[in-house]
Amino acid sequence: MAEDIIEAPAPNSLLVLGESIMAAAAGAVTAVTLDRGGAELVLHADRTRWVPLHGLLRDGFAFEQLMDLCGNDYPARPERFEVVTNLLSLSLNRRVRVICTTNGEQPVPSLSALWPVVVWYERECWDMYGVVFAGLADMRRLLTDYGFEGHPLRKDFPLSGHVEVRYDEARKQVVYEPVQLAQDFRNFDFMSPWEAMTTLPGDEKVHLIREERAKIAGVDRARIEGTR
Amino acid sequence: MSSILPYVPAEEAAPLLSGEEATHTINFGPQHPAAHGVLRLILELKGEVVERADPHIGLLHRGTEKFIEYKTYIQALPYMDRLDYVSPMCMEHSFAIATERLLGIEGDVPERAKWLRTMFAELTRILNHLLNVTTYALDCGAITPALWGFEQREKLLEFYEAAGGSHYHVNYFRPGGVARDIPPETMARIGDWTRQFPAFLDDLEGLLTDNRIFKQRTVDIGVMTAEQAIAWGFSGPCLRASGCAWDLRKSQPYDMYDRVEFDVPVGVQGDCYDRYLVRMMEMRQSLRIMEQCLNAIRPGPVKIADNKITPPSRSDMKRSMESLIHHFKLYTEGYHVPEGATYTVTEAPKGEFGVYMVADGTNKPYRCKIRAPGFAHLQAIEVLSKGHMLADAVAIIGSLDIVFGEIDR
Repeated sequence: MAEDIIEAPAPNSLLVLGESIMAAAAGAVTAVTLDRGGAELVLHADRTRWVPLHGLLRDGFAFEQLMDLCGNDYPARPERFEVVTNLLSLSLNRRVRVICTTNGEQPVPSLSALWPVVVWYERECWDMYGVVFAGLADMRRLLTDYGFEGHPLRKDFPLSGHVEVRYDEARKQVVYEPVQLAQDFRNFDFMSPWEAMTTLPGDEKVHLIREERAKIAGVDRARIEGTR
Repeated sequence: MSSILPYVPAEEAAPLLSGEEATHTINFGPQHPAAHGVLRLILELKGEVVERADPHIGLLHRGTEKFIEYKTYIQALPYMDRLDYVSPMCMEHSFAIATERLLGIEGDVPERAKWLRTMFAELTRILNHLLNVTTYALDCGAITPALWGFEQREKLLEFYEAAGGSHYHVNYFRPGGVARDIPPETMARIGDWTRQFPAFLDDLEGLLTDNRIFKQRTVDIGVMTAEQAIAWGFSGPCLRASGCAWDLRKSQPYDMYDRVEFDVPVGVQGDCYDRYLVRMMEMRQSLRIMEQCLNAIRPGPVKIADNKITPPSRSDMKRSMESLIHHFKLYTEGYHVPEGATYTVTEAPKGEFGVYMVADGTNKPYRCKIRAPGFAHLQAIEVLSKGHMLADAVAIIGSLDIVFGEIDR
């Protein structure tokens, strides 16, 4: 059976592949990085050339299958949303991840002309993050309730949501009401006191001594974190 | 707020057509037994022929991905069981391996743990296929396979209980190994079970494979060519039934799959019948893998020794203060996973089950996208059922192996 197993490409060959895609894409790829210690290839793409890049990957580099498309939210960034696709090459047994960013108002071009499967993924991404896809024929919500407001996977959307639903016996219908929790969601801060608190009131002297010691030993905080 | 649904004026009524021009729309589900869960399928029919099929999903949406962002890695794992509740351990598998890869401990997982995970993943595959094949036969009018199959499933679920303490939501595969070792007599019991299972499979095949009614309901129904299957993101048995020999256990092996011998059954037609045949043959291959695992498992540790990631033993905790601290820190703060991202896949019984996990260095995942195989399969229901009869749509849904826990997440 050993001959059936196709060897996964070595990490450096991934970087070579990434660079050849970058050269062939003529500017559509802004950066090539490797994730997870060099085992996964990531292409950072220019949003405006999102579709031609995927066309090139599908037809020129044999990434026949789009396995996944999803969003991600980084509220602190100027373009807060990421749209991530994970492509698979069945013939060459390799994967690539393509990432572009958007601020939520500028649409990401839809890949629905390339892969029919992408429609639901883009609908889900719109539903969950509010990312608009230009050229997507079907922009209905997918997973949330009919008439739902908001985009639940955004980091500023509360875990509890805004409305709760129950059956009202008197009115004989399902009613929506603002969510009321008997007890607040308990989000504990489990950071150790000696990691999270650097200065305690009245304890500045200890802290100064600690800093001095650290300087002498030439050990920075990052190293301490790293060895823990 | 009485209702947040906006008022929409009714559209002008379409002129009533008669004879061959007339189409009508029916609501299939969400509480239909053949919908395999809470699928609301809007079917536009011309006579009894399906013109359009529009699945409305999300009725089982529980916000798993949002929850996971608020939970530590250990707390997030039980949510995976509740995705595809027909094959819980395979759902944990992707999450456990993804976390291991981000932690950089994939290579340190002890052999016994890997063998156990491989064996239970295959046991889960049989569990899943038994449910799918038999309920699919039920949809096509055969009742006996379901009665027989569930008896075998109960036996398998007892092994689940022996390993993880519960029938379904076992929370057994953990980053760094498995939760605990199996009881000593379990191996022999699984061995006994594997010896009686081929006879059961023969019986089951005798009921279905050459059954005239079953073949009339499934042969040449819902045909998917290899090109179509690839474009629609198919994976697993549905992709293989279309003639594409692709199995992640062979092409991108994880755990012990590169150390076991098995064949990958491939279909020819890509119709409902081939999808059934592929699953039946996969059960025999899974049995082969389980037998090899039973022979290869040797005593040893079942999780990595690093107590920053796996809990110390109970007896240690009674004697060692350090173990007690480890235990406390692990179950409150959890472990911190270094910054990074991974898209980790395993061959779940339904197809490629992927976890795209982004870690930001804290004790909780920053993002955990779950790629469910059924999500892509269900979307193709329109192309599969167009032009077929209403009853064929039921056979197609059954052949795709739909479970809403993983589709709606």
